[in-house]
Amino acid sequence: MTAARMPISLRINGEQVETTVQARTNLVDFLRNEQQLTGTHVGCEHGVCGACTVRVDGRIVRGCLMLAIQANGTTVETIEGQSDSGKLEELQAAFHRHNALQCGFCTPGMLLTAQELLDSDKPITREVIRDQISGNYCRCTGYQAIVDAVEEVAIARRGASL
Amino acid sequence: MSERLHELDRPNSYIGKSVPRPNAVHLLQGRGRFVDDKVLPRMVHAAFVRSPHAHARIRGVDADEAKTLQGVIAVFTGEDMAAAIAPWSGVLTHLAGMRSPEQPALARDITRWQGEPVVMVVAQSRAIAEDAAALIEVDFDPLPEMCDMEGALDSDAVVIHPELGNNLCWERLVETGEVNAAFSDPANTVVDRTFTFGRHTGVTLEARACIADYDQAEEALTFHYSGQSPHMMQAILAKHLGFEEENVNVIAADVGGSFGIKIHTYGDEIATAAAAKLLRRPVKFAADRFESFVSDIHARDHRVKARLALGQDGRIAALEIDDLTGIGPYSVYPRSSGIEANQVLNLTGAPYDIPAYRGRARVVFQNKNVMCQYRAVGHPIANSVMEGLMDDAARQLAIDPAELRRRNLFADDAYPVTSVTGMKFADLSHHACLGKLLDMMDYEGLKSERDALRKKGIHRGIGIVSMVEVTNPSPMFYGVGGAPISAQDGATVRLDANGAVHVSSSITEQGQGTETILAQIAASAIGVDIAKVKVTTGDTRTTPYGGGTWASRGAGIGGEAMLLASRALKSQILEAAATVLQARPEALDIEAGNIVDTGGTKPRMSLAELGKLVYYRGNELPSDVRPELIATRHFRVTDYPFVFTNGAMASYVEVDIETGMVKLLGHWVVEDCGTVINKKLVDEQIRGGVVQGIGGALYEECLYSENGQLQNATMADYLVPMAGEMPDIEIAHIETPSCTSDLGAKGAGEAGTCGAPGAVMNAVNNALEPLDASVAQHPITPERLLRALSVID
Repeated sequence: MTAARMPISLRINGEQVETTVQARTNLVDFLRNEQQLTGTHVGCEHGVCGACTVRVDGRIVRGCLMLAIQANGTTVETIEGQSDSGKLEELQAAFHRHNALQCGFCTPGMLLTAQELLDSDKPITREVIRDQISGNYCRCTGYQAIVDAVEEVAIARRGASL
Repeated sequence: MSERLHELDRPNSYIGKSVPRPNAVHLLQGRGRFVDDKVLPRMVHAAFVRSPHAHARIRGVDADEAKTLQGVIAVFTGEDMAAAIAPWSGVLTHLAGMRSPEQPALARDITRWQGEPVVMVVAQSRAIAEDAAALIEVDFDPLPEMCDMEGALDSDAVVIHPELGNNLCWERLVETGEVNAAFSDPANTVVDRTFTFGRHTGVTLEARACIADYDQAEEALTFHYSGQSPHMMQAILAKHLGFEEENVNVIAADVGGSFGIKIHTYGDEIATAAAAKLLRRPVKFAADRFESFVSDIHARDHRVKARLALGQDGRIAALEIDDLTGIGPYSVYPRSSGIEANQVLNLTGAPYDIPAYRGRARVVFQNKNVMCQYRAVGHPIANSVMEGLMDDAARQLAIDPAELRRRNLFADDAYPVTSVTGMKFADLSHHACLGKLLDMMDYEGLKSERDALRKKGIHRGIGIVSMVEVTNPSPMFYGVGGAPISAQDGATVRLDANGAVHVSSSITEQGQGTETILAQIAASAIGVDIAKVKVTTGDTRTTPYGGGTWASRGAGIGGEAMLLASRALKSQILEAAATVLQARPEALDIEAGNIVDTGGTKPRMSLAELGKLVYYRGNELPSDVRPELIATRHFRVTDYPFVFTNGAMASYVEVDIETGMVKLLGHWVVEDCGTVINKKLVDEQIRGGVVQGIGGALYEECLYSENGQLQNATMADYLVPMAGEMPDIEIAHIETPSCTSDLGAKGAGEAGTCGAPGAVMNAVNNALEPLDASVAQHPITPERLLRALSVID
């Protein structure tokens, strides 16, 4: 039953990875169990909680809904890479100031999801922020502090008028 | 109190400041250390075959094929585990008459809920363990189920544990004052209603997880655990696996949400520890989401018949409640599943001055997943029932709901006072909280807006509740009933050679900010920069003994222990410094990490210099001076069984009478948790709690079929509050310090979950008032709302 492993070649957080993976292994299990990138979390395994959010070729995806082999030839970025690159610094600092995390389990997915909105040219309001993160489950905060943090970064970047 | 003012109110104090959490940074970087992130050498993985039936006889287990699968290490049945694990029984002796049979880690002979672990597989990976589990054939012979708690005590009900004779786990009756007279007095107005509260569950985003690491050489077990109460788990693992307690080390690093879910004894976790011992290698169990839904404790599941008698002046004459609650097939060990019903009896009506009260609670067994303590145990039921009755009474008597509460709340200068339910209250401020709430929400303005919109066919409603929250429990909660649960907590504080302060505490962190407030207290009490305070929690080997985190006790009990230990260390530091500086200790103080003259700020010596002198150059000290730069203190609440937080809350909603959808427009909370150590952290505890309460009021329900099958055991099917639907929540505080401690902090972790369901229900019913409709079943789903409106049958 342990199926044959297939070759996979991809770029993860700027590093070229050449390895093999079982066809059935999903991307988040591959990243966590085989690449030791445990910052990406597993929450629901149904694509509804957002804890496993990673970036594939610059777009956020649910790591539990994508097979690792489907990421062959792509560029994958996880919270570790995005954090080390400094791209999340402003948002992380705002989350910290606003206490926009408690247990921190949803936080990597929440940061990457919010980052996508902040990097877009969409108009940003509190409602838009709530809509953007409405697929990311947080049991601890009640979401308001997260909205506050994202809004603060949006204002800092785009000016008070948003 | 004078000492309190001296230390905690001085200008450089961190008390009351919204210090950001130092230990949040690693989580923001994706560098958390959750249990499932850990990998140990030779570690193997567990998966479980769980019962697909609510009630069935196990005739046999065929694991032959599973055992041949490459990568499978072992398969354990209920019988195998029974040889390694002593069973447990979730009864507390102070809940008189409570009964619950012995529960095995894995089901033996009979399985009693869908999801009960039956067979354990250990393999090289979780994937292989799951493959093997799928190959195991368990021969189940289904038995008739007993699922509906309403029928559990009928004479013809299926009895889940025949040796008990019926399905009653526990019953309690209380009666005070002239109840019958009050209800039969024709001058009184009586309102009555039956409230029901569906089952919901914690849905911690990180599911339960553990790694058991057995050391045969030392006969020792290290248990990495995602949970709240390491010392309790240490005692339980030792007792049921045959270890000496001191040989069990429980470590709780980062915990991905807990809320009471991760404080109970779970058969799959105990079996994981037993497997590690039997296999002599580390075993990891990390539950998947389906396993969480069918095996994490569920909460609530109450039906409360309630009535309230009031005089024409709106003063309450009597309250009567009858609570029935279904707890699954076992009372959960070691906290028992009777505490929630007990809380309902203790807390219903607790904010009010009531002369007569009768309460009955019956706790019954059923073939569903087990039910036990979850955030705000019993509170949302007690609060929704009473506040629902209060609004019914306000309507009937044509008195404004806020005014009716004002007429009945204990006066703010009435304390100490004992409620008719037997709760001993001190330092509460119901009137101040309600007054502040009404100002904050602009109650009169909101009422005008609501009334104006009603004329346009827009159905908005306002709901108000007054509440109490049990916090800082004394040993009267669990220890008195024989459970290995400490009500006291300890703190150790020491100075290092670099002038930094290392503190450790037996309370634990699940993201609420425990470590931050401990650092704030130590830094303030000693007189150092908070960056110089390093905090350790969550390790039974390195922290003092204590209860951990539950019942909103961390700040009030663990925080006070930290204050006492920090004061003791400060005295020791000043004594040592006095010798070096040839001064009297009382003439010295510590400011920003330096020894200064009392009242002055000019540094005479830094703590780093003192540390280096004491640790490296002890030769410079007189030979009879042997400084101890470490102190440990413990604290427990005495004189009061509990320390109560109080508050008032309001919700403003709009009901779409065509779709049954409820839109949350606003939510306000005023809370008195005594001394606020960190306002931001307290506010966020309240907000998170409110949203969990809203979840229970509007969305969350474990839906069972008639034969005990959980129908919505995925996050795609079980609704939780998401960002799009939640309102912004406005918060204010009244600070009445608790007289039980110098710090004066009461708990703040559960009030939000306590009050929100009643506030939302009252707001919905207020919106429905002109339509002569009303709901009293939580969650208030669109379907139930439309049924109340007779839009659907």
